[in-house]
Amino acid sequence: MKVYRSHILVCGGTACRASGSEDIQKALVQEIARRQLEDEVMVVETGCNGFCAAGPILVIYPDGTFYQKVTKADITEIVEEHIVKGRPVERLMYVEPSTEEPIPHMNDIPFFGKQMPIVLKNRGLIDAEKIDEYIARDGYMGVAKALTEMTRDDIIEEMKKSGLRGRGGGGFPAGLKWSFAKAAKGDQKYILCNADEGDPGAFMDRSVLEGDPHSVLEGMIIAGYAIGADHGVIYCRAEYPLAIRRLGIAIDQAKEYGLLGEDILGSGYSLDIEVYQGAGAFVCGEETALMNSIEGNRGMPRPRPPFPANKGLWGKPSVLNNVETYANVAQIIMKGGDWYASIGTERSKGTKVFALTGTVNNVGLIEVPMGTSIGDIIFDIGGGIPDGKKFKAAQLGGPSGGCIPVEGLNTLTDYEEITKMGAIMGSGGLIVMDEDTCMVDTARFFMEFCQDESCGKCTPGREGTKRMLEILQRICWGKGRDGDIELLEEMAGIIKDSALCGLGQTAPNPVLSTIRYFRDEYEAHIYEKRCPAKGLSKLSKAKHKKIHAKKQADV
Amino acid sequence: MAKLKIEDLKKIKDRVQMEDLFRSGAKRVRVTVHMGTCGIASGAKEILDTIMDEIDENKVNDVVVATSGCIGICSREPLATVEVQDEDPIVYEYLTANKTRQIFRRHIMNKEVQTEFVMAKGKEQDDRG
Repeated sequence: MKVYRSHILVCGGTACRASGSEDIQKALVQEIARRQLEDEVMVVETGCNGFCAAGPILVIYPDGTFYQKVTKADITEIVEEHIVKGRPVERLMYVEPSTEEPIPHMNDIPFFGKQMPIVLKNRGLIDAEKIDEYIARDGYMGVAKALTEMTRDDIIEEMKKSGLRGRGGGGFPAGLKWSFAKAAKGDQKYILCNADEGDPGAFMDRSVLEGDPHSVLEGMIIAGYAIGADHGVIYCRAEYPLAIRRLGIAIDQAKEYGLLGEDILGSGYSLDIEVYQGAGAFVCGEETALMNSIEGNRGMPRPRPPFPANKGLWGKPSVLNNVETYANVAQIIMKGGDWYASIGTERSKGTKVFALTGTVNNVGLIEVPMGTSIGDIIFDIGGGIPDGKKFKAAQLGGPSGGCIPVEGLNTLTDYEEITKMGAIMGSGGLIVMDEDTCMVDTARFFMEFCQDESCGKCTPGREGTKRMLEILQRICWGKGRDGDIELLEEMAGIIKDSALCGLGQTAPNPVLSTIRYFRDEYEAHIYEKRCPAKGLSKLSKAKHKKIHAKKQADV
Repeated sequence: MAKLKIEDLKKIKDRVQMEDLFRSGAKRVRVTVHMGTCGIASGAKEILDTIMDEIDENKVNDVVVATSGCIGICSREPLATVEVQDEDPIVYEYLTANKTRQIFRRHIMNKEVQTEFVMAKGKEQDDRG
């Protein structure tokens, strides 16, 4: 048998091949032939050695030097230095990562450690498409307790005690809403779920529906029983295909187990739930527009009163709650209203889920006890602002909300505290903005969204938003006039007072809030034709479009 | 199947919890790929496929593969959790097909935790309930 002074092992596993090991082997053979080393050095292809992420890999024997992420360009150097001169190429050598380095526990990481998952208690732990896994984590025990041990009044009492407020944005006490619908007279009642999550940057409901759909069904069954509904509808936007698919699977499985349908758990109570897909109109997240949409009409709000508790879907008493609200219900029933009320602040109980996004290190979905400060959310859980930039503002509540500047970082997550700052709790979209964000353009963006999504029914919503947008556009484009800020403020007041639905009434909020905290930026745009955040002078439409093109594409 | 009674809920719970302990001893490792929209958008399907390929290629039959939803920290997707029997669950972050193959060969088959790709160990609700 021929004896070689050196063996070069080229990994030929799937991963190394995918990252180009075949070419490397060819180059190696060529280089060795060029230097007439064929009799001294043998090239061998091996199976996967396991360090796939470091591939393509070469191991040179007799010394066993391990080279990682080798490219064709490295071959000449490896042969020249290592084989001919006997000097290992240090820059390509694999360094064993220190195994001494302790791995943190999930809860040692501030992102997880400061959270309190109630709505998200099953996240990442169960297979959303297997009802048994949900049941294994106490799933449907809330329904079992409610349907067999509690009267309808007991349930409503427990909900009132918990202090749970609607998580869709309004913050209306859930127990109170249910009691109105229960008291309403009618042979037919409906239990409805709002999954038409539309705020830019918000994805709380989507994640709950995708990861734990049964928790929403369970909440709806309990609520349906409490008010006496026998039919339920989940209104989910069609842009959430995975959520809709998993909801469908969950409903089928619950039906198969008799947790939906006739005589649930032998209790005598019957409920069917169906999913209705929304076609993408933002206004359909407004309760009366949502009901119009389910009825097959154009998605436009109708005046209230009458409130849905008395005249809702098809004119019948109905309760509409948001996904996150329902996901809390079973646990309140299981652990009691007092337990839930022990979490949070005086007027805001329990936890709140936020979709943390924008210029923040840890983009994701979080759940914190009410009363956690905005600063803790952004800097501890969110890990702060990337690239060493400064924090400028956090936008809460989407197009109906407002921003919270640096001086508001100590604001607690509490419905009233946030409202005092000129923002709203909203459904939980929390967009972090760094120092490079132009606040005038942020206001323009949200106004454009509202104008675009206005259903056109009332004049303030249709024309008011259009005119406000025009003013904001001309300010951004360097055509702002003296008096524009005052005009915006005046129009905002009128729209707030006169628009038909909540969406119209709150549409001016992002403008008012940015004027309140960043009036100097508006003034710089109007009087000096410059944008301080972007460092632009001599503003023009073309310049504005160019600088914001990327951001628009991201949104 | 027949409609459930309340006792049946408890039975399912007991059965699944036992199975959860590595499906009554038949399985040695459970790998969970987190497949919410965020995970899928950042390539979780490729991670899942890679694991299935490795199982096939290495003729392994004591590994169970599961999928689950988002664990919350979307910016570090794709994420997967590897639970080797009697060891802490390990959550891996920013996965690629190659990292996944390495984790399969060295952690799942050889019990060597690939520290360089780890985000954390344990479960979020270990000490919270």
